[in-house]
Amino acid sequence: MKPPPFRWSSPGTTAEAVALLAADPRAKVLAGGQSLIPLLNMRLASPPHLVDINRVAELDAVEVTGDGVRVGALVRQAHLERDEAARKVCPLLGDALPLVAHPVIRNRGTVVGSIAHGDPAAELPAVAALLGATVRIASAAGVRDVPADVFFVAPLETALRPGELVTSVWFPAVPPATGTAVVELSRRHGDYALCGVAATVDRETGAARAAYLGVAPVPLVLDLPADDPGGYAAASVDPEADIHATAAYRRHLATVLTRRALAAARDRP
Amino acid sequence: MTTRVFGERVERREDPRLLRGEGRYLDDLGHDALEVAFVRSPHAHARVLDVDVTAALDVEGLVAIYTHEDLPGRLADPLPLLIPHPALTAPRTAHALAKDLVRHVGEPVVMVVAADRYLAEDAADRVRVTYEVLPPVVGLDRAEEVAAHLVQEVGDVDAALAAAPRTLELRLDIERSASTPLEGRGVYARWDADDQRLRVYSSTQTPTSVRFAVAAILGLPDSQVECVAPDVGGGFGVKIMHPWPEEVLVPWAARLLGREVKYTEDRREHFVAATHERAQEQHVRVGFDDDGRILALDVRFLHDHGAYTPYGIIVPIITSTQLPGPYVLPAYRVEFSSLYTNTVPVTPYRGAGRPQAAFCMERTVDRIAAELGLDRAEVRRRNIVQPEQMPYDLGLTFQDGRPAIYDSGDFPATLRMITDLIGWDDFPRRKAEAAAEGRRIGIGLACYVEGTGVGPYEGGHVQVEPNGRVNVSTGLSSQGQGHQTVFAQIVATELGVPMEDVHVVTGDTRRFGYAVGTFASRAAVMSGNAIALAARELRAKALRIAADALEASPDDLEIVEGIVRVKGSPDAAIPLRTVAVLSNPLRYSFSEESRAATQFSLPVRGGPPVPRGEAPGLEGRDYYSPERSTFANGMHAAIVEVDPETADVTILRYAVVHDCGNLINPMIVEGQIHGGVAQGVAGALYERMAYDEHGQLQNASFMDFLMPYATEVPHIEIAHLETPSPLNPLGIKGAGEAGVIPGSAVLAAAIEDATGVAIARMPVSPSELFELQGGSA
Ligand SMILES: Cc1cc2nc3c(=O)[nH]c(=O)nc-3n(C[C@H](O)[C@H](O)[C@H](O)COP(=O)(O)OP(=O)(O)OC[C@H]3O[C@@H](n4cnc5c(N)ncnc54)[C@H](O)[C@@H]3O)c2cc1C
Repeated sequence: MKPPPFRWSSPGTTAEAVALLAADPRAKVLAGGQSLIPLLNMRLASPPHLVDINRVAELDAVEVTGDGVRVGALVRQAHLERDEAARKVCPLLGDALPLVAHPVIRNRGTVVGSIAHGDPAAELPAVAALLGATVRIASAAGVRDVPADVFFVAPLETALRPGELVTSVWFPAVPPATGTAVVELSRRHGDYALCGVAATVDRETGAARAAYLGVAPVPLVLDLPADDPGGYAAASVDPEADIHATAAYRRHLATVLTRRALAAARDRP
Repeated sequence: MTTRVFGERVERREDPRLLRGEGRYLDDLGHDALEVAFVRSPHAHARVLDVDVTAALDVEGLVAIYTHEDLPGRLADPLPLLIPHPALTAPRTAHALAKDLVRHVGEPVVMVVAADRYLAEDAADRVRVTYEVLPPVVGLDRAEEVAAHLVQEVGDVDAALAAAPRTLELRLDIERSASTPLEGRGVYARWDADDQRLRVYSSTQTPTSVRFAVAAILGLPDSQVECVAPDVGGGFGVKIMHPWPEEVLVPWAARLLGREVKYTEDRREHFVAATHERAQEQHVRVGFDDDGRILALDVRFLHDHGAYTPYGIIVPIITSTQLPGPYVLPAYRVEFSSLYTNTVPVTPYRGAGRPQAAFCMERTVDRIAAELGLDRAEVRRRNIVQPEQMPYDLGLTFQDGRPAIYDSGDFPATLRMITDLIGWDDFPRRKAEAAAEGRRIGIGLACYVEGTGVGPYEGGHVQVEPNGRVNVSTGLSSQGQGHQTVFAQIVATELGVPMEDVHVVTGDTRRFGYAVGTFASRAAVMSGNAIALAARELRAKALRIAADALEASPDDLEIVEGIVRVKGSPDAAIPLRTVAVLSNPLRYSFSEESRAATQFSLPVRGGPPVPRGEAPGLEGRDYYSPERSTFANGMHAAIVEVDPETADVTILRYAVVHDCGNLINPMIVEGQIHGGVAQGVAGALYERMAYDEHGQLQNASFMDFLMPYATEVPHIEIAHLETPSPLNPLGIKGAGEAGVIPGSAVLAAAIEDATGVAIARMPVSPSELFELQGGSA
C-alpha cells in the first residue's frame, strides 16, 4: 500500500495551479487527500503528477451573504462545520457535515474535494444537488460555473475536464419558511450511508424536495408528491446490492428515511 | 506505599510510554534496513506456470528477487505443522514461497527486496506471474476435502435421545472474522557477521518458538539465533501462528545479503495473507424433559479451515470441549469435520472456537425455554453445575491433550449476580412499557466456561541487583495486556519490595530462553505463577543470607519495603540490596555497594565463601507447569432496541459477571473484558469476511470490513466474582479471552427477544434482519 512514483508540485496561487494543470492533462489535484491518497496507496490510480493546492491561500475562504455561502477549494470540512454564519444561511451544511466520516478526516478533507470526487454515497454532493449549488471551475481557458444538476455525471465521474480546477462551490440559501433536514443510516458511525436523504420542505405550500445518497449513480433529486412521498421515493431510486445491504433493503430505507426526513424538516424551528 | 499490591487497581505502567508515542513497534526499528514486498497470488486456486522478473530488473533500488526455486534446504520444504493430532489425517501447510500451486488469494509467490518498501512495491508490480487458474472451493456448503474428523462422546447419546420426552433440532451458522490487530505482522532481521549471530525481531506472540523455528529451518544452531518481540500492537491470536513465510524468509535474506532486512505487513496483506477464524456450520439435536432439564446433546459441526492447517485442529477441539459451558450434560456427543477451502487459513483468534461453542449451546438452551414457555434464566438455573459438584469432570479431552475438569466456580451465584445486575426479573414490565411507545426492546443472557492457562509450562527469573533494582523476566511476550504491571505487582507482593523497584522484561530470548507463548488466556496463570515461584525462591535465599548476617533464624525474618528485618524487632534489619551484595562474594570492588562484599570486608567464616548448594547472586528461577487447565467462567446479559422500521440494532445495556479466580489487578481484567466485548459485538453485528465465489475477499480494508468504532461499543457494566483456582499457587485463572466468548450468543438472544424472529446465524446486519422479518416493517 505505497503509491507508485509521481511528480509533486505545490503552487502558491490559483493561476500557478491552473498553469500546471494545463501543462499536464494527466495531472490530478491534491486537496485534503482523504479520497485520493487511499486510491494511490492501493495503486488503483497512478497519476504521474499531483498538483497540491494546500499552499494556495486564496482558496481557503468562506464567503457568507444573505443569498448563500461560497466555499473555497481549500476549506476543510471541519472548518465549515464550525462556521456559525454559514450554518445559519445554509442549515443543511451544518446538518450534513457531522455525518461526513470522522473528525480526523474532516480536519483534512475539503468540502470542494468531496464534491469534485463525486461519490454518489457522499453527503455533500447530495446537499449541493438539493440546494441547486453551482460549481466554479477555473482552467487555462477561463472560468465557468456549472450547476450541480449537470456536474454529477456518474459514480466518481463529474463534468470536470482535464486541466480544470474547482475553485469554489456556491450553496444558495434556502428560502424563508423552508425547513431542512438530513437523515441517513450507516453501518457504523461516520461510514458512508446505506441510504441517506437530504430534504427541504416549504412550510407554507408543503412542497417537499429531497436528494438521495447511496441509492443512485449520482445524487438523485426528487420533487416529492404530498401523497405517499416515501412510496414515490422507493419507486424512483435505483439502489444496488453490495456486501452491506440488499437493493430491496436500501429501497425500503428510501421510504422510511423520506418519511423521517420530511417530518424532521417540517418540525425544524 | 504498601508492598501488598496484588489485587489492587494499579495503573498500567506501560501506558505513559505508549501514550507519549515512545513505543517501539516493529516498523519503528531498522530505519536503514532493506525492505520487502511480496507478489501474492491474485487467484484462490491456481498452478504457477511461470515467473518473469525481467521488467522488474531496472527498478532503481532493487536488490533481489526470490522465488521458490531459490530457497535452499529446509526453507524449500512446507512450513512446520505446529500441532499434529492423530485425527488430523490430511494435514497441509504452505511453502514459504509458493511451489507450483497456490491455494488462496494472498499466498506469497515472489519475494522482492529493495532499498525501501515503495521501490519494492514498484518492482513487485512489474513481476509477471503466469497462472493456470483452477476451480476454487469457497464456503462450507461447497467444501468437501476433509483435513480432520473427530468424535468425542460421553454417555450413550443415541439411547438418551431416544428416551428423552422431548427433542429439538437446530441448524446454526457463524461467519468468519479475524484478529485484525492494529499493528499487522512484521519481521526485521540482522546478521552480525562478526559475532556470527542472527537477531530476529518479530511482531509475534511467541518469540522463543520463532527462534527455534528459524534456527531449524535455516540450519543454524539455536545459540546463533536470538528473537525479540518489541512492543507489539495487538495480537489476539493471529500472531501465535508462526513461523510465517515472511518470518523465515526475511532472516534468510538478511543472512544471505549480509544486510538488515525488514518486512512490515500492510493492512490489505493482513486481510489476505495472515489468518482468520470462526466460520462453522452447526447441527444440533437435544433431548430434554418437561422441566427443561437437558438429557442429551448431539452436535455435529463443519469447520472451515481455509487452505492449510498449520496450527492443527486446536480451534474445533476447543469448540467441541467448551460447548457444554456451565451445564450438566448427562450424555454428550460432538463430532466435527475440518474442511479445506481456498481461503485464508484458520488459526485461533481470541476466544478460539469458544464463541462458536457458546453460540451453539446458548441458542440451544434458549430454544428449549421457548419450546416449554419457560423463563430462559430459569432453564439455565435448572441445568447448571452446582458448586458441590466441583471439581467437575466433563469426560472430554481438552486442547492440551489433558482431561477437561472444571476446577472451581460458583455458577448459581454468577447467574444470580447477572440477573440482578441487568434487572432480568423486571424486564417484562420495561418491555411492555417500551412496546406501548412503539419501541421494540429485548433482553438476552449467555453463559460460558473457559479453559485457561494451558501448559505445558512457563518460567520466571527474578534477580536483585546490589542497588536494589529487581529485574524480572519471563519468556512469553506482551501485546499490550499489561504484563509489566501485573508481573511487577506479583513480585512486589511476594518479595516485599516497592513496585517501582521492579522491572519486567518479556519476550526476549536473550533474557529468558524457555517459554511457550502468550495465547489461551495463559500469561497471568503461567508466567504469573512461575514468577511468583521464582520470587519465593529468591526470598528464601535472601532470608538465608540475611539470617546469617543478622544472626537470626530465617523463620523469624520478614521483608517489608525492601528491608529484611527480624519480626517484632525492626531495628535488627538489613536492606535487600545489601543482601544482594553479600550474595555475591567479590575479589574486586566496582562501586560503593560492592566494596562491602570484597574479600577483606567480609568476616571470615568456616567453609567456602559460596556455601555448597548455593550460587552467587541474589536470584531465583522457577517454572510453573500445571497438570491441567484451570477453568474461568462468566455470564453476559444485554438489552437491545431494534428499530421497527429499519431493523437497526442499538445495544442499550451490556452487563458482564466474570469469575477468573483471584484478581491480580481488577482494572486490567476490566480492560481485557472491554476489549473482548468489543470483539464480541463485532462478531455479532459487524464483522465478516465477504468472500465471493471466486475466493476474492471483497472487503479487505477497514472501509468495508466493519470493525466497530468506539461509537458502536456499548458502555459495559462489570461485576466480579472471585472463586480461587485450587490448581495454582496464586489461585488465579485466565481473563484474556472471556469478554468475546458469549457476544454472539447474548446479542442473538436479545435481538430474538425484541423481534420475535429466530436468530440462527451471526453476524446479523440490519439488511439481513429486515429480510428475516419478512422484508417488510
Ligand atoms: C475512512 C473514511 C471515511 C469517509 N467517510 C465519508 C463519508 O461518510 N461521507 C463522505 O462524504 N465522505 C467520506 N469520506 C471522504 C472524505 O469526505 C474526503 O475528504 C472527500 O471525499 C475528498 O476530499 P479531499 O479534500 O480529501 O479530496 P482529495 O482526496 O484530495 O481529492 C479527491 C478527488 O477530488 C479531486 N479534487 C479535489 N479537489 C479538487 C479541486 N479543487 N478541483 C478539482 N479536483 C479536485 C482530486 O483530484 C481527487 O480526484 C471518507 C474518507 C475516509 C478516508
